[in-house]
Amino acid sequence: MTGINSPITAEVIKSHGLTAEEYQRVLDIMGREPNLTELGIFSVMWSEHCSYKSSKKWLKTLPTTAPWVICGPGENAGVIDIGDGQAAIFKMESHNHPSFIEPYQGAATGVGGILRDVFTMGARPIANMNALRFGDPNHPKTRHLVAGVVAGIGGYGNCVGVPTVGGETNFHASYNGNILVNAMTVGLAQADRIFYSAAAGVGNPVVYVGSKTGRDGIHGATMASAEFSEDSEEKRPTVQVGDPFTEKLLIEACLEMMATDSIIAIQDMGAAGLTSSSFEMASKGGLGIEMDLDAVPMREEGMTPYEIMLSESQERMLMVLKPGCEDQARAIFDKWELDFAVIGHLTDTGRMVLKRHGAIVADLPIDPLAKASPEYDRPWVAGTKRPVLEPKQVPATDPITALKTLLACPDLASKRWIWQQYDHMVMGDTVQRPGGDAAVVRIHGSRKGLAITTDCTPRYCLADPHEGGRQAVAEAYRNLSAVGARPLAVTDNLNFGNPEKPEIMGQIVEAIQGMGEACRSLDFPVVSGNVSLYNETNGVAILPTPAIGAVGLLEDVENTASLPFKQAGDAIILLGETKGWLGASLYLREVCGREEGAPPPVALHRERREGEFVRAMIGEGTVTAVHDVSDGGILVAVAEMAMAAGMGATVEAAHGLPLHAWCFGEDQGRYLMTAPASQLPAILEAAQRADVAARVIGTTGGADLTLKGAGTISVGELVRLNESWLPGFMSAPDTNH
Amino acid sequence: MKPLQAAVIVFPGSNCDRDVATALEASMGHAPAMVWHRDTELPDVDLVVVPGGFSYGDYLRCGAMAAHSPIMREVKARAAKGTPVLGICNGFQILTEAGLLPGILMRNAELKFICKDVHLRVETSDSPFTRRYNAGTVVRFPIAHAEGNFFADAATLEQLEGDGRVAFRYVTPDGEASPEANPNGSARNIAGIYDETRRVLGLMPHPERLAEAALGGTDGKAMFDGLVEALS
Repeated sequence: MTGINSPITAEVIKSHGLTAEEYQRVLDIMGREPNLTELGIFSVMWSEHCSYKSSKKWLKTLPTTAPWVICGPGENAGVIDIGDGQAAIFKMESHNHPSFIEPYQGAATGVGGILRDVFTMGARPIANMNALRFGDPNHPKTRHLVAGVVAGIGGYGNCVGVPTVGGETNFHASYNGNILVNAMTVGLAQADRIFYSAAAGVGNPVVYVGSKTGRDGIHGATMASAEFSEDSEEKRPTVQVGDPFTEKLLIEACLEMMATDSIIAIQDMGAAGLTSSSFEMASKGGLGIEMDLDAVPMREEGMTPYEIMLSESQERMLMVLKPGCEDQARAIFDKWELDFAVIGHLTDTGRMVLKRHGAIVADLPIDPLAKASPEYDRPWVAGTKRPVLEPKQVPATDPITALKTLLACPDLASKRWIWQQYDHMVMGDTVQRPGGDAAVVRIHGSRKGLAITTDCTPRYCLADPHEGGRQAVAEAYRNLSAVGARPLAVTDNLNFGNPEKPEIMGQIVEAIQGMGEACRSLDFPVVSGNVSLYNETNGVAILPTPAIGAVGLLEDVENTASLPFKQAGDAIILLGETKGWLGASLYLREVCGREEGAPPPVALHRERREGEFVRAMIGEGTVTAVHDVSDGGILVAVAEMAMAAGMGATVEAAHGLPLHAWCFGEDQGRYLMTAPASQLPAILEAAQRADVAARVIGTTGGADLTLKGAGTISVGELVRLNESWLPGFMSAPDTNH
Repeated sequence: MKPLQAAVIVFPGSNCDRDVATALEASMGHAPAMVWHRDTELPDVDLVVVPGGFSYGDYLRCGAMAAHSPIMREVKARAAKGTPVLGICNGFQILTEAGLLPGILMRNAELKFICKDVHLRVETSDSPFTRRYNAGTVVRFPIAHAEGNFFADAATLEQLEGDGRVAFRYVTPDGEASPEANPNGSARNIAGIYDETRRVLGLMPHPERLAEAALGGTDGKAMFDGLVEALS
């Protein structure tokens, strides 16, 4: 790396991802030409990844409050009240670009980063989830990326001892050059013991703890803010290397420290490392910081101030301590064999002053950097609305054959091969394991539980970003309701292409507007989130993917519902309205080979009513199994309940609709429930009172799934088809040479 | 009858310490002592548990560094005096590295971490750990490991078999120790073994993870209940 006295040429400015206008702003703020260290700091602070400069205007429109929200967006993670003096703290974050370049370390450090965001706030992490999108299975890189990402997520999460309880995985050619790795962590804290990042108290010590600083990950944040091209793999040195063992020690040491009342503020060193953590803390507290970079624990010799400030070495935290607490704190970090160093103190100057070898090497005003980062109102255009496809415009095929195709297609095939590589039971509170509508983890030592889900249907979002945004939120709401949990709040992870293109910016704007509508209507505020833009390679963007992570509360984990059929002879009840919507459906794509049509609309007023009804039925204990109807429609949903139970069913389609539209239409706002015949009259009556459409479509039992008048297939055969695709794909002979 | 006292050893990187403490407390009626790996003395206990996790990050070799922690000298001394020692998962790996149990745990045959429920056959009820099970009973415990592939030389395997020191074997739900039932390539489907006295047990599966109905099963609970019964 060049020295701090290198001239700031146009080339240097460009390589730091700053535009000419942005550089002029740097000059205005500094009142002089910056040195290289200072330029590097501006560069990472104003990167899209750290500043949200393209999306900020629209993110502000999302609803973020509710009586149970303790802390919304702006801190490391969102915080919600879950009663009994407890709080759930959660967030989802992307690690897309690094995971494509180096899948194991990229995914592993993604998990490490989101864990730190959560325990920084005083929470013990209790569950991890993830939302993954890979390219076409036939693309030569896909298998290698799946193997690496899954091993990386497992390698990190298993070692730190936080269960990875579920997630979702899709495949689509649009992700060939830009996979998505979105990781979510949920933690548990005492509601009156939440830790924030605002520094306070002039003169108070600024303390560095955790791993030593090395040269890894320099400029990761700027890499994550640019499109990829063929030579992106040359960026491998900017991918960080994770050490989950150190993270585990860091969790225990931080939680032990947090119990001592010596921490004033704490912030993890994530993207842009020491730079963003120190600016964030100082800016929020309206203070300055003076740091002696010689005191930073370093892994390598001869590191420049530029490298120290921009390193993204993992497993590090920055804290402001109460004066006089240093020795007590040091003893705790010594016990856990982690580095501990006082590297500076707070000042009242509002400036960041950095020293190295006794000399001042950077001197910057904090607020103009942290608060006055650029905010763009980028031009955008609304997408053209696709026409609505009528069932008769979609070819009908034998429903059993189509069912077989769908259950073995990459998006619907069992993901057991993935989640069996994640320890999903450690911590001893996993009540509903992966494979259901939502995972359920118990609050340790109580009967309460948290339900957790991640959802997004990117093909709907491409067809209509506004409707797709609504649908992602509504499906999360449905999945939580399907296990009996009251939906409380969401975290979002917005993955899109290059926002400088008006049509991509249009996707972003419309998806956020759709999400906002759904969140408002369902009382489901957004409490944290992350934006990942520039997911494009050689000008081709990913499907718009606003992934939603959501958390709900169960008062009693014994009072939950799961999707397997429980006993023969139960009635299968369909809730919601079925019109046979095949536009943008999985049937259309997988069976007919067409990706077209408008996506199914979400009726938010009905969505809420139905969710409340389902939760009431589960609460009363009258239903035996519940499953939401999503990708693939009714017949796929019935098959999933049958496969999970190893028990068949007989169902009969409604008259008046083409059979393929009834079986595979993806009308929204629907659930399947089962109940003993004796409960049926009460349930149907309650549905009528609640103004929820309900009708019996069949009965459980036997070893086969039978669609009356159309065909039958054994559940064993369905299981074989559904379970064999992913292991077969992953063990196929390697063709990537 | 004196209530059972137990200790759970905590290494840097242990992550099933709380889980096994919870299961022990449910059976014992009070919490076990949590003993830090740097301690050089154990409290006066009737049972020592070496829990699962990734002690020292599994660096070097699973269990290799933990086996040389200060507390392990004391654990070995207690075992020599007849105090029962239970090693689960990483705890089993540590006990083999410490020389308390023979054999080693290699990388799983399919080279991947596996987390799932497996069926095990209880090979003998003649131990403080398994007295509440009938020999030949099939139980369901979860596994969660990448290095659980038990290996020992032929003579050691013969001796383990001959002495009745195979504690658990991976089997089908019907109790057959077939290759399909073997999740990790372990020699002779071995999931857990005893020392010569049957007072030291190491096993890869986690009894503490299915010791409560709310978590989906209670087959593991009988191990902890049996220990309380045997050692109180």
